[in-house]
Amino acid sequence: MREIQFTCPAPQNSQDRILLAHGGGGKLTQQLIDRIFLPAFANAALEARHDGAVVEAAGARLAMTTDSYVVQPLFFPGGDIGELAVYGTVNDLAMCGARPLYLTIAFILEEGLPVETLRRVAASAAGAAQSAEVTLVAGDTKVVDKGKGDGLFITTAGVGLVESPGAVGPASVQPGDAVLVSGDLGAHGVAILSVREGLEFDSPILSDAAPLWAPVRALLDAGIEVHCLRDLTRGGLASALNEIAGSRQVAIRIVESSIPVSEPVRGACEILGLDPLYVANEGRFAAFIPAAQADRALHILRTIPVSAGAARIGEVAEAPAGIVTLRSRIGGSRVVDMLSGEQLPRIC
Amino acid sequence: MKYLDEYREQGAAARLASEIRRRVTRPWTLMEVCGGQTHTIVKSGLLDLLPPEITLVHGPGCPVCVTPLELIDAAAAIASRPEVIFCSFGDMLRVPGSSQSLFDIKAAGGDVRIVYSPLDALKLARNNPERQVVFFAVGFETTAPANAMAVWQAAREGIQNFSILVAHVLVPPAIEAILGSPNCRVQAFLAAGHVCTVMGFHEYEPIAGKYRVPIVVAGFEPLDLLDAIRMAVVQLEEGRAEVENQYSRAVRRQGNVTARQRMSEVFEVSERAWRGIGDIPRSGLRLRPEFRAFDALDRFPCALGRVRESAECIAGLVLQGLNKPFECPAFAVRCTPETPLGAPMVSSEGACAAYYLYGRRS
Repeated sequence: MREIQFTCPAPQNSQDRILLAHGGGGKLTQQLIDRIFLPAFANAALEARHDGAVVEAAGARLAMTTDSYVVQPLFFPGGDIGELAVYGTVNDLAMCGARPLYLTIAFILEEGLPVETLRRVAASAAGAAQSAEVTLVAGDTKVVDKGKGDGLFITTAGVGLVESPGAVGPASVQPGDAVLVSGDLGAHGVAILSVREGLEFDSPILSDAAPLWAPVRALLDAGIEVHCLRDLTRGGLASALNEIAGSRQVAIRIVESSIPVSEPVRGACEILGLDPLYVANEGRFAAFIPAAQADRALHILRTIPVSAGAARIGEVAEAPAGIVTLRSRIGGSRVVDMLSGEQLPRIC
Repeated sequence: MKYLDEYREQGAAARLASEIRRRVTRPWTLMEVCGGQTHTIVKSGLLDLLPPEITLVHGPGCPVCVTPLELIDAAAAIASRPEVIFCSFGDMLRVPGSSQSLFDIKAAGGDVRIVYSPLDALKLARNNPERQVVFFAVGFETTAPANAMAVWQAAREGIQNFSILVAHVLVPPAIEAILGSPNCRVQAFLAAGHVCTVMGFHEYEPIAGKYRVPIVVAGFEPLDLLDAIRMAVVQLEEGRAEVENQYSRAVRRQGNVTARQRMSEVFEVSERAWRGIGDIPRSGLRLRPEFRAFDALDRFPCALGRVRESAECIAGLVLQGLNKPFECPAFAVRCTPETPLGAPMVSSEGACAAYYLYGRRS
């Protein structure tokens, strides 16, 4: 046989348009933040790169945040876009160690949307606000031409009062901290995907969407020194840990066999070719706690229904800085990187 | 989880690893053919368990990686047409062509959709009779039967607005191409278990005999691969060169006869260019003349010129197992999953992306 020719694929791949992956919570999202938003809006509160900003006004420490919700389908097993729009913003405040107080809500509606759909979403958002003990105090409505929106988009913004005595955020993370997660991972993302892909399971996988202030408050009330909290939304646990390891320049080591993932979610991820570490959650968070207090923190979390499945999954170390590593089930070690964009189902 | 946890268990992994250490007396170089296996090896940290005598090189078995640039350009051109709904498996979308990926086409307004099965694409064709639905038929022998089934069914139902862009490749000719190369340093192969689920492993027996090389059909879980490595090492140490089947819970010697029949009814063997490697005789599939009406390249003629690939990327060497991804000067510097210089950095099955995602150390 003749000798094989070695050729080299070298495409140009300029990203001069927004791709869906820019909204995936991975590296492309970070690129937008680094290259466009931070230079445009630079200030100290933004530089903290946390889920929400902590600002001072008239002697009070306030947490502020905003988020937009574009989920399809609007109604999914275990929740809907209205509930999500409230919990997502409430949770970003809780991750600042703040008691969520007030929310605003803005709707972008597509011409032709059934009013009944809007009524259901509003009722659901109201119920979620009640269970999260926040008040929806202002709102806005816009309607766009048919075909210019996906039925219904929601943006919420929230204000909360910081109750944590210490600063809660990546900057407070210390080598030696224990890493806890508040429950099993991946249910929300898989619930959405299973509807989109028409997958059916013996018992449906329900979204984990839930407000997270109760477990955070329980930790603070018990005097736990909470260094950092991060809800594990877009991009999942892997992206959250990478963001924190990267901005604090520490190493994070996690142990695969200690990361809780329910059997149905594991099964669905195997079928769909997804890694549960990257799947979105809407009612789960990671907590960085001094190792000496980790067992007590875990015990406290497990007494609260929304975090009853909490687990200790790893630790913070000094080196290699900025890298997340995982000890695999078979005892090997590997890097857990941040995804470039969305997870893509593999061919075979 | 049943059928998974028992193949990822630490105690059993340690036992297999120690058996490999006990048997090995000198350096051996093994190639795992399939990208899915590369993915498992790197993701599970399996290399940490192997003795230093064993070198694993990562073969060309990533369909995304070896699909020629000109076919990706053709896909992009077809997907840009306003009447077309272009359907593909997910990881094909990020692969850069000579100027654009399918994701870029989608961002520019093309109707590009991810499907999990060619039969979903056929359903789209049924439900959208005014549109042309094109499915990107990528993959090895594993995905070929389902793609054949979609075409066969479209023919039977007389569905006019469905076609496929065929980019199928076959494993045995690629193994022979690697073994026939004067640079070949591979001493044993771990064959792709899922390919063998369809094809069986009888077609590897002449190769093992001709080149005096052990071939072990391997599964995709960490313990499957450790066990297959153990079987290959034992053969090498004993001077045997046979085809053995580690993945016996899924693979029979004759494969899936029904699937193979449907495949050969619809497809015939053809020449095929492999991205990064070059032309390999009789290494691809094309539609048989009686199904040619479903060939997207006939329906949407595009100029399939040879696209010039440039010089920095060493994908060809990586795909033949002559270099490790991190031996490339561009690796993780100028070549990352966001800005891939070559296809193995694009798909999560690509050797470069697997090393980038799971294997880098600071």
